[in-house]
Parts: sequence; structure tokens; C-alpha cells
Amino acid sequence: MRFRSWLAAMLVFGLGAAQAQEPIKIGAFLAVTGPAAFLGDPEQKTLELYVEKLNKAGGVLGRKLQLVSYDSAGDAERARTFAKRLIEQDKVDVIVGGSTTGETMAVVPLVEQAGVPFISLAGAVVIVEPVKKWVFKTPHTDRMACERIFLDMRGRNIQRIALISGSGGFDRSMRGECLKVAPTYRIQVVADETYGGGDTDMTAQLTKIKNAAGVQAVLNAGFGQGPAIVTKNFKQLAIPVPLYQSHGVASKEYIRLSGDAAEGVRLPAAAVVLADKLPADDKQRPVATAYKKEYEARFKQDISTFGGHAYDGLMIAVEAMKRAKSTDKAKVRDAIEATKGFIGTGGVVNMTPNDHMGLDLTHFRMLEVRKGDWTLVQ
Amino acid sequence: MSAQFLQFLLAGLTIGAIYALVALGFSIIYNASHVINFAQGEFVMIGGMATVSLTAIGWPLPFAIAAAVLVAALVGLALEKFAVEPARGASVVTLIIITIGASILLRGVASIVWDKNIHALKAFSGEAPIQIGGATIVPQSLWVMGIALVVVLLLTWFFSRTLIGKALLATSHNRLAAQLVGINVRHVLLASFGLSAALGAVAGILIAPITFTSWDVGVMLGLKGFAAAILGGLGSGPGAIVGGLVLGLIEAMGAGYVSSAYKDVIAFVLILVVLVFLPSGLLGSRSTDRV
Repeated sequence: MRFRSWLAAMLVFGLGAAQAQEPIKIGAFLAVTGPAAFLGDPEQKTLELYVEKLNKAGGVLGRKLQLVSYDSAGDAERARTFAKRLIEQDKVDVIVGGSTTGETMAVVPLVEQAGVPFISLAGAVVIVEPVKKWVFKTPHTDRMACERIFLDMRGRNIQRIALISGSGGFDRSMRGECLKVAPTYRIQVVADETYGGGDTDMTAQLTKIKNAAGVQAVLNAGFGQGPAIVTKNFKQLAIPVPLYQSHGVASKEYIRLSGDAAEGVRLPAAAVVLADKLPADDKQRPVATAYKKEYEARFKQDISTFGGHAYDGLMIAVEAMKRAKSTDKAKVRDAIEATKGFIGTGGVVNMTPNDHMGLDLTHFRMLEVRKGDWTLVQ
Repeated sequence: MSAQFLQFLLAGLTIGAIYALVALGFSIIYNASHVINFAQGEFVMIGGMATVSLTAIGWPLPFAIAAAVLVAALVGLALEKFAVEPARGASVVTLIIITIGASILLRGVASIVWDKNIHALKAFSGEAPIQIGGATIVPQSLWVMGIALVVVLLLTWFFSRTLIGKALLATSHNRLAAQLVGINVRHVLLASFGLSAALGAVAGILIAPITFTSWDVGVMLGLKGFAAAILGGLGSGPGAIVGGLVLGLIEAMGAGYVSSAYKDVIAFVLILVVLVFLPSGLLGSRSTDRV
């Protein structure tokens, strides 16, 4: 009898100790393979790198972090399945993931119902508008990209533009947002062309744009190989107006693929791609240069803004846990919502109950490709 | 107006030439075995990716191209030897499913051997656009059309003048009769896979500087090539070429004159219409069932 109670005490004690040692689980579902692999791959690598780094520095709240990550291949249906597994089986404390808007939106009902803080890495404005209690996001929205581009166009006295976009979710969403905010900036969209996801030639669409009357600039909403082909075809047809791209192509790969044709192309992007080319007094410079150094040293690969989104997401979650002094989901959620003055790769994040992204246009940079590299447009 | 038309025409012919090469690959294997090889698009991918990686390690372009075509041909031969031949007693449907499996496997292997990034191959002779009557064309387009033409001429010679070419033709007409006159049908099948793979690789290399290449580029090009082969008449060489060019032109004209959003719809609806009236394609042999 005495032995038994002693055993029971040991068990209880042992369990208690194990609980204290139990790692904090960070769940992720990312498009590591598939057509959106260029988003998911750097995101996955960034999460691995920084979970490792945080653990080396002693973890969070005295506990180690554990990354539970699944490859959704950019498929919304798979993303939903994996999110379910993260919530029900793996019992993660927070989810940082969702490389594309489609995946993210498929998962939103699940996290809302289960009450798990979820920081999305996807772009579209629908993720945080209307505000969803448990859903946050780190990248600038497509609407902000349109606004930033239109602002730059107004600075160059451009009023009549042509739009060319892909047929993917991101492309369509950004096209819609651009059409919506264009009148606010007194921009008139005089041509509106689209291309398919696997298309290999856009000269037909661009010829139509070239022949449309009074086009002063062309805006291409899209990511992946489409914009690079548009850029090359644009040069081939010698269309004599500026070309703008979206933040979806803000990686060196775009410049590499487009080659000389990318010269002079402008696009909005987070500061991180500039890193050490940022002015010395820039608030984001330390974060951006540190991220670039660590990522490139580890993976021998150029950074992109996409990996930066994952960095921001992970750090916002970790900071929130520290401030909440707990991994209680409701408390962490409240702490994420109360994020103020967080300097990330994307900008300075100030969340409110009405704004689950917390970014504004001030830290969204306008870049121009010059001599095969990004330069900051003043 | 005419300059615009010329621009659409050139764009359509360029991509159409690629579809034609892929379609030819489908037709050759179909002729030899009645199998539709759904791994055809993967040969396109292997050609492009192998050339990109070989030029990246410093090989001169002509050597890289030759090696890439050879690699693709070897993969084609291996596919026949190790996947199709062991199942030669199986039904055609089984063989088709095997090729689908092979295509998924090849994509997976490619994404590991190379990577999942999109790659650009340097254009064969610069990127300075050439003006033709108000339209512009990149030099690579001329390469695409020129080499496609050369390949078609070579194939014509191959099928009408060489023994193995004639054996291939004979097998496609009547497998049993071919066997009876002493043609080794198994070798013919092997050769058809090697040849198709080489053709696919040539297409993949030619188009890589214009549209880039990546581990999954074969999915779309394979599908379009298949559509072109069906449109022209599966199993017909001239049909594959006509089908490819027509498909490319419909796409370009559809995007230019009707709506870019519906250009694939236009292309596929037209194919359906053609097949309703000409079930064996534009130039396919009229098959009749003997009772």
C-alpha cells in the first residue's frame, strides 16, 4: 500500500515535470512543393532556422519550441486537412502558415471554431477584412500594393494605365483591388487583359495593350513565371511606357529570369530585400540585415520577402507568448492583437482589434530594377 | 491592323511549333504500341532542365543540348525497358496508367535531382528583338520554327528511307503482319520511346529561353501537345504538325481578338467541334469497324 502511494506520487511528480518540459508547439502548413513552392520553400526554411535559433538561446518561457510543419503543396483542400491535424492531433499552441490566400481562407473556419491563434503568410486583403477573431497576417495586402503603385504613378503624372493579370487567386484578387482603388487615385484603367496559369506567351495580350489608346503605364499583377514572361514580351514588343510589377515577384529570381528586360521595372516590396542597401538610419535596417545574413549563410540562397513574412509571423507569436507569460490560446491571441511597434522585415507592426495586420504604406518601399539589382526609389 | 495580325501569327506559330514537336512524340509511340504516353511532357522537362544545369556548370551550349537530348532518350528507353516492356501482356489501358505513374515519378525525381525553382536558359543567339513588318519577334522564335522544320524533314527521311523507320511504320499499320515478315516489334517499341523522348527534349530545349523551364513544366506542355495530337489525328505525323500549329494559332488569335481570359476555352471548344465532325482528327486515318 505504502509502495503504491509512493509510486503514484512519483508518477504525478514525473508527469508534472514532463509537462513543464513539454515543448511549445508551433504548427505550420506551407506550400513547400507545387506551383507556390517559391513561397513555401523559403518560409519553411526560415521557420526551421529561427525555431532552432530560439531554442539555442534557451527557448521561450523556459520551454523549447517545436516546429510541426506539413507540406500543403499549395492545395487548399490539403491545407485544411493538415490544419485539422495540427489542431486536433498535434495540439499546437499557435499556427504560423498558409503560403497562399486560398490555403489560408480554407483554414479560417477551422481555427475560428477551435480557437487557435493563426498568423497567415498570404497576401490578399480578405484574410483580415472583415476582421476574424483568431486570424492575423504579416504581409502587406494586395490593396496596399495597388495603392503604393498608384501613389508612385501619380508622382510620375501617369493617369491612364493598362492592367494585365494572371488567372490565379492572388492575381485575380489584386486585379479586383486595383480596379476598386484606382478612382481614389484618379487612375483610369483603359485596358484589362488576363493570361492563364501555365501560359507561355503573352505577346497577344500585350499587343492589344500596346494598341490601346493613351496607355501611360502597364501594371502586371501576378507571381511566378507569368510576370517574368510578361516582362520579356514587354521588352520584345518595345512598349514605350513604364512597367510595374506586384510585390509577388519581390525575389531575385524574378530579375534572373527576366534578364535585361527587367531593367527599369518598378514594384512595391518590403524593406527586407534591400537589407544593407537601406539608409543607415532606417528602423528596419538591423532586422533586415540580420535576417539576410543568417538566412544566406545557412541556405546559400538569396532571401525573398516571403521568408521574411514567416520570420515576422514567428516572432510576433513568440513575443506575444512572452508578453502573455503563457501559451494559453486566448491570452496569446489577445497579446498578438496588442502587438505595438514590432519591427519586422515587412514594416513596423501596430495591431488593433480592427486591424489584424498592423502595417501601413510608410514601410512599403517602391523598388526599381537597375543593373540587375533592386534600388530604392526615393 | 495587319501588324497586329502578324504579331499574333508569329506568336501562334512559335508556340504551335513546340506543340507540334510534342504531338509528334505522342503519335510515334501511339503508332508503335497504341499507348498514349502521358510521360511525354516529362521528356520536354528533362530536355530543358538538363540543358540548364549543364550550361550552369560551364558546358558549351551545343554540347549541353546534345547531352540533354541523349539523357532524355535514355530515360525514354529506360521507361520502355523497365516499366512498359515487363507489362507487355497487359491491356493498353494498363500501359497508359503505367505512363501516368512514370510521369509523376519523373517529376518527383526532377524536383529532387534539380530543384523546384524556375530556370531560364540563355537564348541561342541574343535577345535583341527583330522587326518584321511592324511586328517584333525574338531570335529564339526563329530557332524554334527553323529547328522544328529541320526535325520534321529529318523524320520524313527517317520514316521513308531507313530500315528502322520503315519497320516503325509497318508496325503501326499492322503489328501482326510486321511480326510475320520478321520485324522485331519489341525493338520497334523501344526505338519509338527513345525517339519520342528525344523529340520531346528538343522541344523543351528550344522553348526554355522563351518560357523558362522548371520541374513541372511538362504538365501543361504535355497536355497541349496531347490536344494537338488529337486535333490533328492521333498517329498521323502530318496531323500532329498541323494540329500543333492550328492549336498555337487558335490560342494566339483567341487571346488577341476575342478575350485573353477565354483563350484556352476557345481552343478546347474548337477541338471538341472538330472532333464531333471529324472523330479521327483533321488528318487522322478514317477507321472503319469491320463486321
